[in-house]
Amino acid sequence: MKNIFFSRAGMIIVGAIIGVSAALLQYFGNPPNMGICVACFERDIAGALGLHRADVVQYLRPEIMGFVLGAFLMAAFAGEFRPRGGSSPLIRFFLGLFAMIGALVFLGCPWRALLRLAGGDGNAILGLLGLTTGIFVGILFLRKGFNLGRSHAQATGSGWVMPALMLGLLFLVTFQVSFAPGGPIFFSAKGPGSMYAPLFVSIIAGLGIGALAQRSRFCTMGAIRDVMLTRDFHLLGGVLALLVFAFATNLILGQFKAGFEGQPIAHTNHLWNFLGMSLSGLAFALAGGCPGRQLFLSGEGDADAGVFVLGMITGAAVSHNFAMASSAKGVAAFGPISVIFGIVFCLAVGFTMIEKTE
Amino acid sequence: MKMTKEVDARGLSCPIPVVKTKQAMEKNPSDEITVWVDSRVAKENVSRLAKSKNYSVNIQVVSNDEYQLTLRPTQ
Repeated sequence: MKNIFFSRAGMIIVGAIIGVSAALLQYFGNPPNMGICVACFERDIAGALGLHRADVVQYLRPEIMGFVLGAFLMAAFAGEFRPRGGSSPLIRFFLGLFAMIGALVFLGCPWRALLRLAGGDGNAILGLLGLTTGIFVGILFLRKGFNLGRSHAQATGSGWVMPALMLGLLFLVTFQVSFAPGGPIFFSAKGPGSMYAPLFVSIIAGLGIGALAQRSRFCTMGAIRDVMLTRDFHLLGGVLALLVFAFATNLILGQFKAGFEGQPIAHTNHLWNFLGMSLSGLAFALAGGCPGRQLFLSGEGDADAGVFVLGMITGAAVSHNFAMASSAKGVAAFGPISVIFGIVFCLAVGFTMIEKTE
Repeated sequence: MKMTKEVDARGLSCPIPVVKTKQAMEKNPSDEITVWVDSRVAKENVSRLAKSKNYSVNIQVVSNDEYQLTLRPTQ
């Protein structure tokens, strides 16, 4: 079957659809400059489950479930559902955990960094520079022979775990299940967690993007990496389309406001915006995908990507429980030290997993 | 003398198959390179790299989702 998304045009169309969808999701109720944010939304899910108790960021985000389930359905349809795993799962868990810690110091994953820029938030520039720096360091390791080892085919059931988990979460959010007065499941009454698009809008957008991204292999980290590694601009076309189309849609909807100060769910600490995303970029580069791509891969049956996702959700709980996650007021008490710790961890992983070549 | 350089990238996730193939190309610029991969993503990515480096690409399906790519420099 010929995959039209392998073409430059196909990739640009997918990026454009994601950009427009994200701006529209914000218009329909998602938080500002956060139409889609994989890190933030996984953090909200961690909160809804009571893994952290930051009461302003708790919601079972249907977009995340849609991403995994959309990718799962499309992969099954296209004959690309392939349960596999066993490539350093524990290391991937901690790469996911530290990637999330870095993302929550910046306040966004690469997707949100692009959407923040598309909404006029200048602080996103520091984040994107940090992301690029982290990926660059990751490439140095890749060139030296770094890899996390081979994965192997797994039993079919292994590939069903992440889609089944997401189906379960979708059930909980659809029926607003509460297990005790006051939760869990927790739903924010105020703050970003209380801002969301209607359920069916979120789930349709999630499923659509999940399916398109599965086919096209859309990846924000990969886009920057491929340009530096092999001068391959294929994925970058999609990322730039996301940025341009989100920007245009924001202009039309009156969601664009340029500046550094007073940007929504953002702070102006340039150093830690930069270093937080440097940590994330390095962790994504070592793990081979941005947080969105990890979700889509987990839907295709990649158990290692699923472990990375669970690491990110755990990382969100750690970030909020241990005062590492930033807020609009600025960087939290233990944010900087946790980023330094994370960078040391990633460098240790990088140096110790270099395969000797003949 | 024509040599064949072999790269076994089965089980390795993106972008490792591309990195390994690129390094094999740089070390053996005039040689044919045989790459084994076991995912469509790796097959696509290695093919794209090969075309951008002016190699001809011949893809053989070894078994379900296992591919043998033969890359030949065209210059």
